[in-house]
Amino acid sequence: MNSEWFTDFWRYRELLYFLAWRDVKVRYKQAALGASWAVIQPLLTMVIFTLFFGRLAGVPSDGIPYPLFSFCALVPWTYFSTTLTQAGNSLISNSSLITKVYFPRALLPAATVLSGLVDFVMGAVFLAIMMIYYHVKPGWPLFLAPLFLGGMVVLAFSVSMILAAMNVRYRDVKYALPFIVQIWLFLTPIIYPVTFLTPKMKRLLAFNPMAGFLEGFRFSLFNTHHMDWRLVGTSVIVTTFLLVVGAVYFRKTERTFADIV
Amino acid sequence: MSQAISVEKVSKKFVLGTLQRDTMLRERLISMLRAPFRGRSAAPNVLWALRDVSFGVDAGEVVGIIGRNGAGKSTLLKVLSNITYPTSGEVHVTGRVASLLEVGTGFHEELTGRENIYLNGSILGMKHGEVASKLDSIVEFAGVAQFLDTPIKRYSTGMRLRLGFAVAAHLDPDLLIVDEVLAVGDAGFQRKCLNAMDGLRSGGRTVLFVSHNMAAVENLCSRCIWIDAGKVLKDGPPREVIEAYMNTFANARDGMADLRSIKDRRGSGEIRYTGVEYLNIAGEPMQSVRSGDGLVIRFHYHANEPIAFPSFGFRLYTEFGTLVTDTSTWHHAIDIPLVPPGDGYIDLQIDFLNLLPAHYFFSLWITGSASPVHDNIEHCAQLEVGLANVYSSGRMLDSRSGIVYFPQRWKVYEPVLAGAHDKTEEA
Repeated sequence: MNSEWFTDFWRYRELLYFLAWRDVKVRYKQAALGASWAVIQPLLTMVIFTLFFGRLAGVPSDGIPYPLFSFCALVPWTYFSTTLTQAGNSLISNSSLITKVYFPRALLPAATVLSGLVDFVMGAVFLAIMMIYYHVKPGWPLFLAPLFLGGMVVLAFSVSMILAAMNVRYRDVKYALPFIVQIWLFLTPIIYPVTFLTPKMKRLLAFNPMAGFLEGFRFSLFNTHHMDWRLVGTSVIVTTFLLVVGAVYFRKTERTFADIV
Repeated sequence: MSQAISVEKVSKKFVLGTLQRDTMLRERLISMLRAPFRGRSAAPNVLWALRDVSFGVDAGEVVGIIGRNGAGKSTLLKVLSNITYPTSGEVHVTGRVASLLEVGTGFHEELTGRENIYLNGSILGMKHGEVASKLDSIVEFAGVAQFLDTPIKRYSTGMRLRLGFAVAAHLDPDLLIVDEVLAVGDAGFQRKCLNAMDGLRSGGRTVLFVSHNMAAVENLCSRCIWIDAGKVLKDGPPREVIEAYMNTFANARDGMADLRSIKDRRGSGEIRYTGVEYLNIAGEPMQSVRSGDGLVIRFHYHANEPIAFPSFGFRLYTEFGTLVTDTSTWHHAIDIPLVPPGDGYIDLQIDFLNLLPAHYFFSLWITGSASPVHDNIEHCAQLEVGLANVYSSGRMLDSRSGIVYFPQRWKVYEPVLAGAHDKTEEA
């Protein structure tokens, strides 16, 4: 029965594209600011972080200028956090589709995960501009960047499946989401570098898969020499675990969606 | 013989009230802390939408599914479409399935007509290439060529319907499941839909369609299944099944229709309709009613207790479900201060029945000051209006000419040619 789930997913891949396309089109049609919001959000956050954490609190940043340090983490983080919040609601907001048509329901959080990448690209372009401004030349590790991004995408999808499925059954999950995301931000080395943590804290925070992927992403851009590969390893293991758990949970609860959404 | 659909002892249960307990996570956590071993203690209020339904459909059959509202027809379609799952039993469906449970599923207001065609097509299961090749035909069917690139939030409801149906009409599935889609829209649109359905039938596809339109079911279907309260009551040739179904409706032909035994009614019940009689102006029972007749509809009721300020109302619908008229003692500003307990009746005197020959259904209601709804029975009785010489022309008209007509005459004048003077001026 499990293999059927995957082949179904593949059969409906065109619909996945259309759902993602719909999300992107609608988002960009509605607001003139639509395209720029993808850049403004991480940008403004970076400014605030630079002022308060970089300057005032004097948080170190691995030898990289603080604005660049935080921005390069904020761009993928914005993708991750907005995807979670939107994908978490994707089943509820598409309730009319779920009750009227058959398609693998996992397509809905998957579409959000994909459509978010468009915003990510906008942010990445700005990041590239910043890197040029600061005269940073990335070396060979740049080719690893897509791998770390891929890890984040898979993580986003896995967590989204869990959240989306839970949200159908327990409607207050969507209120808890922004709060969860906020806390998660502080548990990830965005504001501070990994070297800022004590070994004990580092061991605990290693269970946050975003920590490994973001560190890896930073490494791919700036070739920092203290890259801890164990972090990435843990991230991959945790993400795989979440993917399996997410898929199983989603598959199990999928049967009841049309009845209770 | 290949079975396109096989349904074996399918049952579907819904738990009423909060569909499951604790829809909030925090509630669930609290109840888990309080009594970790307590199961669902109180027997939940359960509704069996389908009970032990079994039937098979061969490839190429066109099957109509009829039944009252709430009988379980839509649930059955949803189970067949894989949208919801049976509580017990098995369903097997072979071939490419397209389900049309709603027109315009997935339409997004901000997207243009063209974009929505692609989106809707994809949702219904068509490949992008397929939609592209049929695009012109779809646009023509819907008649929206002019507005193809405007967001559909600017479309009228009619345009939206036509667009949705146009996409659906171009589906090319092995099995098509349709749910009462034809009940919406104006007569012209409904005719278009029926033609499209007919086209599908001649294409040799298997079609399963739920409808209240008995004429359509009789014309299009080779087989009819009657579902009531989640069970299959009858399964066979359309004519037979429809007749059996119609006989459960109170019918004008029988003179006095008995409404006492109707269970599917709402309201607090202090006063209830018990029967309907059709009489002529002289007060004698009428056997048949025709267009243009004067008649009296006598509504019998029974009150259990004194009822203050009741209003008696009557809603007439066409076969397609269009509301023709809603009238009541309230509309006429008639105040009935008190109805004493016991049996009684109230007459609706119609001077001239402006309805064209067709089947009509009606719903009845009683409201009052003590209770918002004392009694409400939907689609409880039938009125068959027969052919009559409506315009005294010798030409018989039927429902193809519409729903109503009015006393009228045409006046034809001599044509006045440009440049020539009016004949009457000379005289």
